[in-house]
Order: sequence, then C-alpha cells, then structure tokens
Amino acid sequence: MQQKIAALRAALEADRAKVADKAALSAFWQKYLSKNGEVAGLMKGLRDVAKEERPAAGKIINECKAWAEAQYQELAAAVEQAELAARNAAEAVDITLPGTPRPTGTLHPLTLIKNQIVDVFAGMGFEVFEGPEIEDDDHCFTRLNVPKNHPARDMQDTFYVAEDIVLRTHTSPGQIRVMDRGQLPIKVLVPGRVFRSDSDATHSPMFHQMEGLVVDKGITLCDLQGMLDKFVQALFGPEVKTRLRPSYFPFTEPSVEVDVSCFECGGKGCPLCKGTGWIEILGGGIVHQQVLKNCGIDPGVYSGLAFGIGIERIAMLKYGINNIGLLFENDLRFLQQFQG
Amino acid sequence: MKVPFSWLKEYVDIDCTAPELQQKLFGCGFEVEELTDLSAGIEKVVVGVVTEAVRQEGTHLYLCKVDCGEYGHDIAISTGAPNVYAGMHCPAALDGATLPGGVHIKARAMQGVVSNGMLCSGEELGLNEDLFPGAEVYGLLDLPKDTAPGADIAPVVGLDDWMFDIAVTANRADCQSVLGIAREVAAVLGKPLTMPATDYTVSARTDARLSITVQAPDLCPRYIGHYVHDITPGQSPAWLRRRLALCGLRSISNVVDITNYVMLEIGQPMHAFDMDTLESCAIIVRRAAPGEAITTLDGKQFALTPENLVICDGEKPVALAGVMGGLNSEIKDTTTQLLFESAKFARDNIRRTARGLGQNTDASSHYEKGIAEYTTELGMARALHLIQELRCGEVTASHFDVKDGKPNAGPAAPRTIRASVSGINAILGIEVPADAVFDILRRLQFTVTPEAGGNAFTAVAPPWREDIEIGEPDLAEEVIREYGYGHIKPTFLKAAQVTGGGLTADQKARAALKRAACAQGFCETSTLAFYSEAELDMLHVAPDAPERTVVRILNPISSNLTLMRPMLAPSLLNVAVENLKRGNGAGRLFELANIYIPKQLPVTELPIERLHLGLAAFGRDEDFFAFKGAVEALGAAFRLQFDYVRAADVPWLHPGIAAYVLCGGERVGWFGKLANDVTAGLKLPKDSRENQVIYLGELDYEALMAQVPGGIRYAPIPQHPAVQRDLALVMAENVACGDVMAEMRRACPQLGEVRLFDVYRDEKLGAGNKSMAFTLQFLPGDKPLEAAEVDRFVKKILGNLKYRLGAEQR
Repeated sequence: MQQKIAALRAALEADRAKVADKAALSAFWQKYLSKNGEVAGLMKGLRDVAKEERPAAGKIINECKAWAEAQYQELAAAVEQAELAARNAAEAVDITLPGTPRPTGTLHPLTLIKNQIVDVFAGMGFEVFEGPEIEDDDHCFTRLNVPKNHPARDMQDTFYVAEDIVLRTHTSPGQIRVMDRGQLPIKVLVPGRVFRSDSDATHSPMFHQMEGLVVDKGITLCDLQGMLDKFVQALFGPEVKTRLRPSYFPFTEPSVEVDVSCFECGGKGCPLCKGTGWIEILGGGIVHQQVLKNCGIDPGVYSGLAFGIGIERIAMLKYGINNIGLLFENDLRFLQQFQG
Repeated sequence: MKVPFSWLKEYVDIDCTAPELQQKLFGCGFEVEELTDLSAGIEKVVVGVVTEAVRQEGTHLYLCKVDCGEYGHDIAISTGAPNVYAGMHCPAALDGATLPGGVHIKARAMQGVVSNGMLCSGEELGLNEDLFPGAEVYGLLDLPKDTAPGADIAPVVGLDDWMFDIAVTANRADCQSVLGIAREVAAVLGKPLTMPATDYTVSARTDARLSITVQAPDLCPRYIGHYVHDITPGQSPAWLRRRLALCGLRSISNVVDITNYVMLEIGQPMHAFDMDTLESCAIIVRRAAPGEAITTLDGKQFALTPENLVICDGEKPVALAGVMGGLNSEIKDTTTQLLFESAKFARDNIRRTARGLGQNTDASSHYEKGIAEYTTELGMARALHLIQELRCGEVTASHFDVKDGKPNAGPAAPRTIRASVSGINAILGIEVPADAVFDILRRLQFTVTPEAGGNAFTAVAPPWREDIEIGEPDLAEEVIREYGYGHIKPTFLKAAQVTGGGLTADQKARAALKRAACAQGFCETSTLAFYSEAELDMLHVAPDAPERTVVRILNPISSNLTLMRPMLAPSLLNVAVENLKRGNGAGRLFELANIYIPKQLPVTELPIERLHLGLAAFGRDEDFFAFKGAVEALGAAFRLQFDYVRAADVPWLHPGIAAYVLCGGERVGWFGKLANDVTAGLKLPKDSRENQVIYLGELDYEALMAQVPGGIRYAPIPQHPAVQRDLALVMAENVACGDVMAEMRRACPQLGEVRLFDVYRDEKLGAGNKSMAFTLQFLPGDKPLEAAEVDRFVKKILGNLKYRLGAEQR
C-alpha cells in the first residue's frame, strides 16, 4: 500500500504540473478524486490488506486523500487566477483613446451671476420678485418720484409701446409692486430684463438689472454699506470693500454711487480700475420718503434702503469680458466657457 | 460743466492745488471727469528778450541773441519771423523744450548757423486772440516789456491754469455755472464766498412804449426785462474774452459777450433784443400759433406749433423762447438800444421744443436742467452791472418783472424745514454732532435756527436750492456729503426683523428646467426681447397668423428692433445661423424668456407676458429622435409624460418631421426640423445652406407647469418581478409606432413599459411592409405572473393588432 500511495502521489504531481485550464482540471479531478478515481481505488484496495494492517493503511490512505484534495483546491485556484488574468488581458483597452463625449450645456454667464447674487441675498432673508417687463408709466416713473417733467426722465431713454406704457427702463418698478402688497417688513430682490434706447460699444438696448429693497424700522445708510460689503465680498473675494459717494437718483435720498475696491490690484491702481483703485459697480440709497408715501407706507415709522446692480457690468468685471456685445451674441465658443 | 480754476479763485480763496480740489469735489458729489493742466505739453519755454536781431545774408532768417535770464544771457537763436526786433520780449523755447502737440525743440543748424532753440508765436503755444491779445499776429508773440527774461512762459500768457470738467447730477441745476461750483468749493473748503458784483445805477430814462405781457405763465413762470439805452458796441476787455475762450466760446461784441458771460458765470441764459428792429415794443410771451414761422439767429427756419413758446414784439415772433433768438431782432454793430431778457421757462417744454426742432443750444440745455428764479434775478443784475462796468450802455429805469403772468409782488416766503439732528442721524446710522450738522448746513448757506435743547432746528434752504424738497433726508444727504462718506460704519441691518427669504417654488422650477436643458446638452442663450417683421417672414409666418398680432415699439431704435417678440424661435434660429456662419458646426441652444401678446390693439393695458422655453439644435448628428429624446427628458425632469401628434401645418417646420407636444391632453408646444424652404432662405453661404440640419422647438412654460403633478408620493414596488416578452411585428409602412403601442395597451391593461428596439425593412417582408420589434413588460398583480397567463396577454395583443392595424407576428 505504501508503494501504491507513493506511486499515486508521484503520478498526481506529474499530472498536476500539466493542468493549465478548466478542462484539464476537470480531467484531473476525474482521474484522481472522482468516485472511480485513483484515490477511491486505493480505498477499494484496502480489502486486500491484512486485517490487522487495515487501520494503519486506512489512515495513510485518508492522509493521501486529504493531500490530493488540497492539491486539487490549490490547482483550481491557480487555474481560476490564470483564466481571469487571461480574460483581463484580452479585455484591456487603450486608456489613452479619447473619451466618448456626452456634452452638457452651460448656463449663460448672466444667469450664473444672477444666481450668485440671489444666493448671497437669499441667505440674508431676501425673497425674489419678478414684475412685468412691459410697465405702465405710473410704476416705471411717476410713483418712483419721477413725474412727467422731471429731468431724470432724460437720464433714461425710454421705449414706448403706448402713450403710458413703456418697456421698463429699470427694475425699480418692482419696488412699487412689492410695497403695494402691503406686507412689511420687506427684503426683496427684483432681477430682470430692462430696456433703454441706447446701443453702442458699452450699451445694449436690453440689459439686466437686480434691484434690492429693504423696508423696515430703523434702516440706515450704514446698513446699506454693511449689506453691500457682504455682497461684494461674496462675489469678488473677502478682502474687497465698498466706498460710498454722493449721487442722485429720484427715488432715493440720500443717493449714493457705490464703488468696490479693485479686486485686480487690491487698490494700488491698474488698468481695470483706471489707476484709481476703485471700480464703480452700483447705485443705491435710502428710499425716498415720497416713494414710501406713494405706496401707502408711513415714512415716519418705516424707512428703507434700495440698490440697483447692473448684472452685465458685474459679469464683465468678474469674467474679464471687455465687450458687452459678447453677452448677447451667444457664440457657442463663448457660452461653453461657462461650465459648472 | 467746464470751469477754469482761475475763475473759481475769484470767488473763493482756494489754498489747495487743482488736483487736491478735484479730490475734495469728488467726495462731496462732484466728480471731476477731466482735469486739464493748460500748461501741460509746454516745457522749457521762457520769456526771451531779443538783444540783437541781424538778417542773415541771402536768407530769410534773422540771427538773434536772446537774453533768457538764468538760462543764458546771450543765447543764439535763429528765426524766420519778420516781426522780430531788438528789444522784443517773446516766448523762447530752449534746447530740449516741448510745445503743445508734442513738438520737441533741439539745438540745430539752420542755414549753417546753430540755433539753440526757437522763438515762438502765440499759436505755437496753443493761444488764440481771445486767450491772449496779439496771439494771432503773424510772427512772434510780442510780449509786454514788463516781463522778466527767463520767466516761465505759462503764467505770463495765462496758461498756468486748470480746467475742471465736472459731472453735475441732474438734481443740481444750480451748479451748472461757475458761481454754482464756487459755492460748493467754498462749502467744502469752509471758506467764505465772494459774490460777483451785481450793483448798478439806473438813469432817469424810460420808454413808455415798452410793455411785457406773459400770456402763457405755465410755460414762463418768470420774465424779467430791462431796457438799456445808448449802446456803444465794441470789443470786450481781455479778462472777459479770456474766460469765454477758456470755456470754448468766441468773443463777438461786448453786449453779446455779456449775455454769454452771465450764462457761464451765473447759469442764467440771457437774451438781448435790438429794440430798433422791434415793430412794437409791446413784448408778448405766448404759445406759437399753428404753423407760425420763425428764423433763428443761425438762419434756420422753423414752422411752430402751440407746443412751442415764442417771444413776440406785439405781432411776430422775435425769439424761440429758451432756445434761440430770432434773426430779425439780432444784436448788431449798429444796435443803439436793447431789451435784456432774463427768464425762467418750463424745463420740459423747452426740452420738447429743442428736441422736436432738433435745435439744442447752450441756453436750452440750461433751461432743460432747470433754473431757479433767484438765478433769473441774479443774472439780470449781473448783466446790468457788466453793462456799466464795461461802459457800453446806459441802464435805464425801464424794468419789468412778470411772475406767474402778473407783475412781481415781491419775494415769496422762504420754505422752512423743521428737522432734528437725531432725525438726520437716524437716516445716516452714525452720530454726527449737532455742531457739525449746523456748521455744514451754514457752509452750504442754509439759514439754521436751533431750537431749545440743541436737537430740533429749523432750516431755510438758499433760494437757488430748488432740489431741497422733503426735509430730513435732503439735509442728511447734505450733511454726509460734506461730513464725509468715510464716516459711515458698515452695519448689518441692525434694527431689522429676521425674514424668511429664498426662492418660490416657481423660481426653483425655472432653475430646475434650465439645469435639465443643460443636462441635455443645451447652452443657455440671452437674446434681445425684440426683433422685427423680418424674423417672422424668415419663418414664413402667414400674414394673418396669430403670431402677427404683436406689441409694437412706437419709437424703435432701429428697423431691426420694432416689435416685442411673440415667439422665441426666430431669436434662437438667428443664434444658430450666426454660429454656423462663424464655423461652429453643431450645437444645442435654449432660452427661457417671455413672449408678449397684446390684450388688444392698439395697446391700452399691459400685454400678456408668458414664459416660453425655446430650443434649437443644429449639426449633422442631430435628428428628430435625438431632439424628441431631449424634449422627453425635459418633461421627465418634472415627472411629465408627453404625447405627440404630427404637426404638418407649421409653416417653418418640415411637414413630415414635426410634432405638437401634448401634455395632459393640452397642446404645450411644438418641435421639428426646420422646413426645407425656410432653410433654403437662411442667410448662409449658398453651398452650405442646403445641407444644414436645424431643429427648433418651443414649449409654453406656464402650460407645462400647470400639468406638473403635485408632490411625490411613494408607490409600493411590486412584490413580484415583471415579465418581459419581445414581439417582432410585420405591418404596412404607413402604420405609426404610436398607434401600435396604443393598441397594445388597449388590448392588455397589465402591459407596463413598451420599448421599440428595432425597425427593419426587407424585401422578404413583402412590398410596402416594415417590421417593428418591441420589448413588452407585463406587470404582475398580487400573484407572480404565470407563463400561460403572459401567453394569453400576448395572444390578445396580437389579435387586436391584427384586427385593428393588420399587423402580424413575424
């Protein structure tokens, strides 16, 4: 029996070296480990062994069987590994071949800027209101303290569609519409298209503004600057600040022009800020008492602040766009730069 | 507003430099848009005294020895100027000098003799006769003999000066004058203001023929006239001519110069009528009769309407009020007596007249901005003072002052504002001390009377400040612009209530729709909200189509932008075409924007504005189904399912490759391939035009949103798996896929998703036939689906398809 086992072990080891795939593995199993295999054959041969030797022989046969099965398991794992490696090799791709594009579109830069501004102010508790683009004279001018003969009407070249109906020249009529709702306090943004009969290198007959209005008790000029500081820092970086200087709008008193410290040069003076260290970005002020009265709000109790941002201007500053026309040409090579 | 530094100095003792003043003015609300150093460009030019001038034989040159003081007493300079003489004082540009216009002077040989510079004419220094008398003489500028050799030339010829070009905001009409700016300069520097002299004496003379009647007091609230006799026409003095010249006006004659000078200095346009040319001296201010004619000073003729105001001499117009005088009453060298006019006209009327007639003048520009009656009075007084100062006429006792159509009964009571320091500070948000508030207002010439306690006070605005209307906010603005905006300390809505804020559901939906469009590869565009009929023509929109009922712009800026768009498609098509022209061969575009529909024509109320989603796709890879897939994905983003019906009647779409989009049974839009005949008409190169593949679509955003189902409710997932079966069907070519699917569903309520996976045509199928293959999904109920059950469903479906559509299993 010892000899038989030795022979079987030798044969098995020789066969094992030849197994390279699943078919050979199966044949290997058949030959040695199946019901009629050689290991089972050893068991059958036990009958021929003398009775007193059987326990010892049985033990070594069992050892041989366990060894053969272990050999088989090892072999099976190796074959599995080899086949997987072969398949992987066959399936491998040239990872330097170009990717298959599934292009996504882009939001327009004006939308991106609008969204950023809305984000900043929504966080401060502002809602967003959108009024009609075609407005009546009353909302667009008269109730904003710009009566018919007012010189401020000259400041805005107006498109008319009827005697008293205009394409809104600013988003300020939104102030009136919001105040007319009669709910106080107010914190609102009014974004939208506006129209002026002006067209050249720096003007488009249609452009976009964002009006901001706060009406509550005890609103001050300091609040206006504090809020606008937050706004410019969100858009242009934490180190910028605003500067107020006197200006004139019929619907605010006092009125201010707001400059932002140049985010390009940090205020030292560069071509962007024309050497001044400051860039004009928006106008605002304390809501004119007459405008509050026109909307049934008692200026003795409430006060407000308002500001108007030109979205094109902010977009041009932020993205380094030097010609307003680019924003309306919609050249795909331009639009596709605004991913994300 | 152009203001010479030297002129300002006449009213205010300015102790800072011009650039420093520029900064101070900026801080208080007067941006100096341009500050020009008049001596800029002139360097190393000094007074030279010609000690010797010898004609060089055989040339036109004079060899001169020039005493230039510290720069050399014996400098050899050659000149060709014939008026040179020994003893002459003239400008000498030394070696290395520069002259206006970037001219560089270097020592060089002239006719073999080295000239160490150049002697200059007035014009070479940028001067003219008004700026410096003698400047236009042919040859060298002959300077006065009291000028010191070697002295810098700029102060000698009055070029040591600065011009301020100041932006004045629309509310500060009172600053449209040198005096007005001087008032602000005095205030910001805290210096007293020296007023220009306005005193005059009158003679005993009157003219009984003279009278002034204002028949249109609404357009002429104030009219002052004064008779000046014994005019001696002549040239104005040099100081006056220089100031006019600095401000860009030419000197004409003393009387005309006075009117211009008063306009620049005081801000009051003045007019002078030659009384000898007036038919009658009964001056009437009235609206023009329809068609009435006037010829203005510049020879232009105008036919007027009652919207125009005229000054008449009893009968005929002699001036177009506030705009320009009439040619018939012009001041000439022969004028012996005149009537001065200083008036206030309604600014919107003057604006309409000036714009309507295309006759914008310095005078109309002042009137449009608004003039205070104080200015009207001051202007007349200043003009009469100058008549006497220049000794060019006799100021008579005939003075007329009509206010609101009646003789002026005296000054109106000043308007008093009651305010408090705390009220002002409540607006500003900082604590400006009461003393500072009062000091600032007084510097601005408000009369301030504090009440007991030192907080409340009354203020009377100076009479030229008609912009001070409402009280504390006005005063707050005055205070802070002088106190300095740098004192404002940013705070963050200290006193305000907390509010919710954020976007509404609809605003979020719009953002989501835009993101969904981006996900389908569409780039957002921003196009103008107006275009013209040409865009509708481009799409072959029928003349009587509803899209032709549009909101029109009454005053369009160009013939391309005349109507508010009734649809977005033309705008997007234009963008696609423009991109193709630029070589961008493929792309997807969208815009979410309003269209405009009039409620009635002509427009009498606000039109309907409706948000539409416009889509365009172009390029070789685009086809109907790619576009349809994108439309379906947009719907899916809002849990909307669309149905489609053929749109064969849209003139701009291919009749066989176009669909209406239905949602909940409502038509919500359309899309399809651009019609061949529309494509052929596009403004593209002819050879490329034919092959363009362009798809357009437009969805009514609001109609779409009306169909969006309410909030998401979870539906239980079926416990048992769905069963799939593939079916290949043969049918006639004209059977539509949508009909096949509809019949399948009709036959079997258990049918879930149906997906077409193949369309196949082959001779073997029989002529005029096609095969379509579908994957059908059957949904189980409470129990798992048995194969036999599914077989029964399939049998029923096949039976129905055969009966209804003649389709058979392959």
